[in-house]
Amino acid sequence: MKKLFAMSAAASVMLACASALAADIQPAVLYDLGGKFDKSFNEAAHSGAQRFLEDTGIEYRDFELQNDSQREQALRNFARRGMNPIVAIGFSQANAVEKVAAEYPDTQFAIVDMVVDLPNVRSIVFKEHEGSYIVGMLAAMASETGKVGFVGGMDIPLIRKFACGYKQGVLAVNADAEVFQNMTGTTGAAWNDPVKGGELAKSQFDRGADVVYHAAGATGIGVLQAAADAGKLGIGVDSNQNGLHPGSVLSSMIKRVDVAVYQAFDDAKNDNWTSGFEVLGLAEGGVDWALDENNAALVTEEMKAAVAQAKNQIISGEIVVHDYMSDQNCPF
Amino acid sequence: MSTGQLPRWVDLGLIPLINLVAAFFVSGLVVILIGESPVEAVQVLIWGSLGFGEGIGFTLFYATNFIFTGLAVAVAFHAGLFNIGGEGQAYIGGLGVAAACLLLDHIVPWWVTMPFAVAGAALMGAAWAFIPGYLQATRGSHVVITTIMFNFIAASLMVYLLVNVIGEAGSMQPETRTFVEGGRLPFLTDIIPGVDFGTAPVNFSLILALLACIGVWLLIWRTRLGYEIRSYGANPDAAVYAGINPVRTIVITMMISGGLAGMMAINEVMGSQHRLLIEFVTGYGFVGIAVALMGRAHPVGIVLAAILFGMLYQGGAELSFEIPAITRDMIVVIQGLVILFAGALEYMFRPTLVRLFASRRAPAAAAG
Repeated sequence: MKKLFAMSAAASVMLACASALAADIQPAVLYDLGGKFDKSFNEAAHSGAQRFLEDTGIEYRDFELQNDSQREQALRNFARRGMNPIVAIGFSQANAVEKVAAEYPDTQFAIVDMVVDLPNVRSIVFKEHEGSYIVGMLAAMASETGKVGFVGGMDIPLIRKFACGYKQGVLAVNADAEVFQNMTGTTGAAWNDPVKGGELAKSQFDRGADVVYHAAGATGIGVLQAAADAGKLGIGVDSNQNGLHPGSVLSSMIKRVDVAVYQAFDDAKNDNWTSGFEVLGLAEGGVDWALDENNAALVTEEMKAAVAQAKNQIISGEIVVHDYMSDQNCPF
Repeated sequence: MSTGQLPRWVDLGLIPLINLVAAFFVSGLVVILIGESPVEAVQVLIWGSLGFGEGIGFTLFYATNFIFTGLAVAVAFHAGLFNIGGEGQAYIGGLGVAAACLLLDHIVPWWVTMPFAVAGAALMGAAWAFIPGYLQATRGSHVVITTIMFNFIAASLMVYLLVNVIGEAGSMQPETRTFVEGGRLPFLTDIIPGVDFGTAPVNFSLILALLACIGVWLLIWRTRLGYEIRSYGANPDAAVYAGINPVRTIVITMMISGGLAGMMAINEVMGSQHRLLIEFVTGYGFVGIAVALMGRAHPVGIVLAAILFGMLYQGGAELSFEIPAITRDMIVVIQGLVILFAGALEYMFRPTLVRLFASRRAPAAAAG
């Protein structure tokens, strides 16, 4: 079985080589400390790479970090082996990418969630605050108590950015709404603590919240579970998590890390690689809210119309969603 | 006590070796279970950690961390204290290193900054261990509980400081600015002629770590304080009866232990990352416990155990790089098995060996 698979893979690689000249790329992905199966951010990157493999038959290499010293080491290992392009996931990789990209000027690098200003690096950042604003509006409209919750992972600026956009969205719909915010912890374990996530969500429900949004990686699984158990609504993040508890997940704020990875691989394959600075917001489809058969019953026509309008206004610049990172401050 | 029942070479050499072989044997079975060749895995692991300059460099770099945290646990062991707060003490130690580097790096060269960084790291680590030590000595709050809780307090404090106070504004990553030359320890590749560690971050801290080993040996076996520490660890009641002040001994031991753990931050912050960032300790404090257990709380043993764990870290990284089916979680399994056999099951093979050597010795004794 395994042999057969290997043979067919080899055959497809050979076919791919015969059909396309630029197809001989060797892409690689370096995940952040969370690991590739975190049900969230890194996993989105993994699914993008996986989809590229299925579409093109081009194998990719990946690596999961154990500690900070391995960041540079892994990037160098990839570059030395002629991997190209190399996509690094997460803002923590910035220093390592900056160093290694300078050492290997002929290799194309991409980094997600951070900006590295070098001629061979593509920096992809997302406007998470815009997507969070939209799901904040949904939460405020779906809430009957006028109280909604937010559960973050680790208390770092990136997560405050989610929280701030969310709060602005909530207040845009209902200026009297109350937003409860909790962070799960202060260590990396905060991204992977569904039990504590569930407890935080429950405490917010006890205080009257009936919709809760999480930006907490695998911790959020517990948040959504608690919402489903209590008959309240949860909002997913990064990947489309509507299907985890159909009917109990109001929507998901999708951050298309998968598209970013796929696009990087695909551009390299088609010789379309561009380096530089890419900001993916609502306008670019980099962030969005998820609507599918799992949450169709929860979202009314009125809600759809309101968020569609807000989305257009954000894209046109009529509504400016505050970016926490711009001044390290949330005015709401 | 079981020492004395076995020849010294068996106690210090053969038993750790048997434990290690057993651990690798079970790891090999796990590798077979996931459908890979264990022989190839061992080859990659050894080649990756010792086969080329950069690999050796990384092995020594990790070993430097483990020497500091291992010594920290060992010193506390000698007083019968189980300091499992190395993680937090090292984390807070980073604060002392960063303070020295941020203040001095623009003004003076690295060798002027270094003593301040070392003192800062040791002071901060010692201060962090002082409170659990003091509570243990005067209130009987068990250090195992308090030190591990202090790990979480340290994590919270550091995130607060890095996000709100000393972090670089506008950066996603909670970290300080990168130190310039005056705040960077030189890499060994650059200072030892003829040695090529490639891009491995092994640095001057390794020499500090070895000096710390000598210091700990002198302290524990050649000073009055060391004698007090050992006496208190062997029998607290007898030590008190003999006039040793228990409060003073516990508090000082914990502070030395915390100071050593704090010095681990020099290697990471000043030696390798050149900035203070969140979560830089990533488990080195806890591995220090295994290193101290395996090294029998003796500096020589700790150096050897630290190198072994350095090999597992570096070889493990190469392994999951070369054989993608062996993920980083598999590496943790292998490390866990080594810790299990070397630490927890240390006495598994001992009774058999004692019997074996007793039966060999008995006829000799009868003949004599």
